[in-house]
This record gives sequence, structure tokens and C-alpha cells, in this order.
Amino acid sequence: MSNKDAYWNKTKNHMIVTLVLWAFFSLVIFMFGSELNTMSFLGYPLAYYMTAQGSLLAFVIILFWTANKQEKIDEEHGFSEREDD
Amino acid sequence: MFKGDFIQNLPKIYGTYTGGFLVFIILMALAEQAGVSAKNIGVMFVAFTVLIYALIGYLSRTIQVDAYYVAGRQVPTVFNGMATAADWMSGASFVALAGGVYFGGYTYMAFLVGWTGGYVLVATLMAPYLRKFGCYTVPDFIGTRYGGNLVRACAVFVLFIASFTYVTAQINATGTIASRALGIPFEAGVWVGLISILICSMLGGMRAVTWTQVAQYIVLIIAYLIPVFWISSNVGGGIFPHLMLGDEVARLGELEQQFGLVKNSAADMKAAGVPGGLKYISGTHSGVPEGGMAVWKYLSLAICMMVGTASLPHILMRYFTTPTVRAARKSVAWSLFFIFLLYSSAPMLATLSKLALMDPNLPTGIIGKSISEVQSIEWVQRWSEVKQVFIADFNGDGILQLNEWFMRGDVVVLATPEVAGLPFVISGLVFAGGMAAAMSTADGLVLAISNALSHDIYYKIINPKAETSKRLLVARVLLVLIGAAGAYIASFRLTSILGSVAWAFDFAMSGLFFPLVLGVWWKRATREGAIAGIIAGIVSGTVYLTWVFPKFSVPIWGGVNTPFLGIDHLRFGLIGAPICLVVMVVVSLMTKEPSPATQKLVDDTRIPTGKAILGKQH
Repeated sequence: MSNKDAYWNKTKNHMIVTLVLWAFFSLVIFMFGSELNTMSFLGYPLAYYMTAQGSLLAFVIILFWTANKQEKIDEEHGFSEREDD
Repeated sequence: MFKGDFIQNLPKIYGTYTGGFLVFIILMALAEQAGVSAKNIGVMFVAFTVLIYALIGYLSRTIQVDAYYVAGRQVPTVFNGMATAADWMSGASFVALAGGVYFGGYTYMAFLVGWTGGYVLVATLMAPYLRKFGCYTVPDFIGTRYGGNLVRACAVFVLFIASFTYVTAQINATGTIASRALGIPFEAGVWVGLISILICSMLGGMRAVTWTQVAQYIVLIIAYLIPVFWISSNVGGGIFPHLMLGDEVARLGELEQQFGLVKNSAADMKAAGVPGGLKYISGTHSGVPEGGMAVWKYLSLAICMMVGTASLPHILMRYFTTPTVRAARKSVAWSLFFIFLLYSSAPMLATLSKLALMDPNLPTGIIGKSISEVQSIEWVQRWSEVKQVFIADFNGDGILQLNEWFMRGDVVVLATPEVAGLPFVISGLVFAGGMAAAMSTADGLVLAISNALSHDIYYKIINPKAETSKRLLVARVLLVLIGAAGAYIASFRLTSILGSVAWAFDFAMSGLFFPLVLGVWWKRATREGAIAGIIAGIVSGTVYLTWVFPKFSVPIWGGVNTPFLGIDHLRFGLIGAPICLVVMVVVSLMTKEPSPATQKLVDDTRIPTGKAILGKQH
């Protein structure tokens, strides 16, 4: 397998992991909204907290994490733009 | 001034600008103390900020094609994040979001998740690859990847429908705010708004829009956050509301029990003469509605807004302006961080505002008090005069019930500072913030439309030999025409007929999402597949919209139809996008696979390093 193919396989897997996390915070937890709302976090009902703030924050964290991880994959395969920035 | 040096000095320049704006707020506060009228303070806030944007727009003028279309691809990560956040957060986000949460509670907050979660799709599926491609516009990618003028024209068509739906709403918002702040009629406000928008974008294209959007973001975020923190400490919510409102949310639940959530009948509301557009609280604030349909309604709305976000051209094109692919990825993360600052505050503002009005233990509480007492409150009188709030004593007991208090959603943002006893200078600041939010989004949209028309239709299809000066002239003429058309339609207040901002997301996702994603992620996708997919998606989505939306279905289909699986007019992208996907895959597999040259082009798009597919100037 060429370096390019190996790079693309890793990138694809990374994309899938990111989208699984995304689906968890945007869809899966809200399938169980009424169950989650019986628990509490910072004094807020949990489902309310997630839709008002928690999931939004999770997306921000996911985005920084995924960008850093992808940069590492770039570097491993010699496709990093770090030099020609 | 706007060369290399400028980029290195950005933190200093915008730091000074932020400091200057804070000093201006203090000066206005002093002016208020010295007896300057509230109206004049509002005028000064709007005039001062708009003048600054105009100055930035003028200083960023350019005669270079790549500066005009993609800001010379030198916008640093964090600044592009701010510009995208301003581009994204519309007048509606600024003024109406908290109101939406106020009335809709948990159910409405599907919008919050949808309008933020979409950025994960932007970052993983689209932005870095489009940046590597080196296109000037979104149709430029589709036209080059699939090859041919027809597919390019189809993409421009979808872009036009989606962005134009959105832009009339933005010019409408600009006009509303300008008319309220400057005390001029709405129609005049629309044209004042348009001129401000054009000054910011006409001379410098994307470069000018970028640097004004950064300035507008700073104004709008200050204008949103100061009142939230201040109100919170005034009504006893604590100094950091985001972490400290648990008790308040619980208290709202108790108050809802105590007052009772009653649904008014349409007949009662008509008889009482409730003005159109005013709402009352009939759902719980933090409670999750029971039942599978309620869950599906929440999820389907979130899906439409997320997928729509990842297909909106005026957002995607912001990531064409970063220096590298790496910077484009990081820039998406920064964009969402800056958006998060406002979006996570809207529910807090809604909670505080609701509590201020509902809690009888607070001096600001009005629910449960006698109606004559409430009607003598100054802010109630002022907002009643302009038909933004309304009281109807349905049960005739002289006491204001929860279902007897009507209010327009905007009032939550515009009047809560006043209700909580903040000085007027804060209301002036809020006007300036709303204006910044509406202008920055309108700028981005008008530019997205005119760039697609001038680059993809005029230069790529009609006159490929056109010289730079002629291309830029055409681009500017189109910018003015599109802006004027938007303002003309907005001035007739036809926006209620043109429908909701959510439609823009559904249109974009119906026609653009899969052609963009598969263009990068599926080499087998062919030109014929893309053309068939775009047309099938946008046509089926639009036909479904006319079928499900009563204002269209009555004249066209002769009656009101029940939404299929709960997919109403806010969610019609759920019809268009899957049809687009299926048609595109089937037709692609039936046609000959793309040429080796095209497959190589896709391979190159997937790798961050190496030459862009399209040259620096094309």
C-alpha cells in the first residue's frame, strides 16, 4: 500500500471516529432526553444542560481534538505543511 | 497598510479597536449621566460603529482577483474564526435566539445543537479539502471536480436559492434595527442598512468583508455578554450565570407548576385582539416533552440544521481564506468557540429574563400581579405602544396569568436590560450589537451570491477571456444589484411570505451537501450523477415544501396537508437530501467512471501538501 493510501485510510478512520463522537453528542443523548433529565449536573437537569451548553461545549472540544489529531497523521506521513507555513 | 505588516499587527490593531470601543461605551455612559437623551445615545452607538466598518471597508479596497475573492488567502486562524462567527450569527441569532428559548424551552434548543454541531461536519468532511482545492467559490469546486458548465450552473442555482432566502431576512433585520435605533421609518431603515452593507463589501470584496466581520464580531459579543452578566448579578443569578443558574431553572419549574401552563384557543386570542407575532409561554422551560414523536421532532430539526450548516456557501467560503489546509481545520474549531460564547449565553439570558418576569418575590415580577398595576409600569407602557407586548385578561379576574401575557421574542434581548434596571447605555449597546450581527451576515451572503454569479457564471461560462479589471467590475455591479434586490423585497416586508431562515438550511442541504461530500470522499461520483442529484434534491425538496406549507399548499395543491412523518416546512431538507444522495449514487454507478485525470485530482485534494488544484489566480 502506498504512503498516500495509508494516509487516506488513517484519515478516513479518524473521520469516522469524529463523526461517532459527533452523533453521540448531537443525537444519541437526546434520544434519551426524558431519562437524562432525571439526573442533574451543576444543579441543572442533565438533558436541559446538554442542549443549552454541554453538547455545544463538547463540539468545541471535539473540533480542537480532531484538528490536532489530523495534524499528527499529516506529520506521520510527511504531508505536514508545517515547513511551508 | 494592508500588506504583510498588517497581518502581523492584527492582534495589536484589533486590541486597540476593542479598547477604543470600551472607551466609547464609557463615554456614552457619562453622556447619559450628563443628560443626553436615550434616543441620541442609540443614534450615536449605531452611527459610530457603522462608520468604523465603512472605514475598514474603504481601507481594504483592492484590484487583485485573489484578494477580492478569497482575501488573498492570508487570514490567520483565530481571526478567520471571529469573522466566521460574525458571518454565521445573524441578526436573528442575536435578537431572536434568547426569545426562542424563552418561549420554546427545551424543544426550541434543538436549534442550538443544530447550529453548532454542523461545524463538526464542516471540519471533517468539507473545509480542509475545499481549501486544498483552491477554489474561489463553492460552485467553483463542483464545476471543476465534476467538470462542465451544466453542473456548475446547477450549483450556482442552489446557492442562489439558499442564500437569497437568507439575505432578505438579514436586510429586513438590519432595517428593523436601523429604524428603531435611528428613529426612522422601516423602509428608510432598510436602505440605510443596505448602503452600510455595500460600503463594507464593494471596494474590497472578501478582504474588506473579512476585516469588517472581525470588527463586527467584537462589537456583537461585547454587546451580548455585558448585559447577560450584569442582569444576572442584578436579579440574583450570580456573577457567572452559565455555571450558577441551576436553582433558577428549578425555580422556573416550580413557578410553571404554580401558575399553570395553559394553552389559549385561537378563537380567544382573536377575540382579545392579540397582535400577530406575539407569543405566550405554554411549554415547560427545562422539561423534556414525552413521546417518540417529540424526540423525533427534536432530532429531525437538529439534523436539518447541522447538515444545512455544512452546506451553506457563505460559511464554507470563509475557509477558503486561510493560508494553509491546517489553518482551515483549526479555524473551524475557533469559529465554533466564538459562536459558543454567544449561543451558550442565550439560554441563560432567557432563564434570567423569564425569572425576572415570573417570580413574584422579585421586584421585577409581573405575573400574578394585578393588571392595572402592571399596566402602569413604564417599560410595559412603552413596548405596548409599539405592539411588542400585550395583555389580555381572559378570565376577567384582573390578575395577570401566565397565558395572558403576550410578547414578541425580540423583546427578551431588547427589553430585559431595561426590565432589570440597567442604564440605557446598555440598550444602545444592544442596538449596535444587533446591527453588527445583521450586517455581517448580510455582507457574507450578498458576497457569496455575487461572487458565484461573477466568477462561475460570467467568467467561467460566459466570458472566460475577460480581463481582471472587467471581472472585478462585473463582480461589483452584481453585488450592488443583489443587495438592492434583497432590500427591495425586504422593504415590502414580504419576508413573512418568503418564509423562515431555516429554509435556507433545507435548500442548501437538499442540493449541495452530497455533491460536496461525495466530490471529496467518493472518487466514483460522476458528472451525470452530480447533475441528476442536485436537480432531484432541490426539486423534490421544493415540491415537498409547497405541499407541506399551508400558504403554498392551499393555492397549489388545493388544501392543507398533514406532514409526512412529522417532516414539516422547517425540515423539508430531510426529503431533498436523501433523494439527492440516492439519485446521485445510482446515476453515478450507471455512467462511466470519472477519467484518470479527475481521479488524480481527487487524490491530490485529499493530501494537504502540494500544489492547489486551481492556481492562485484563476
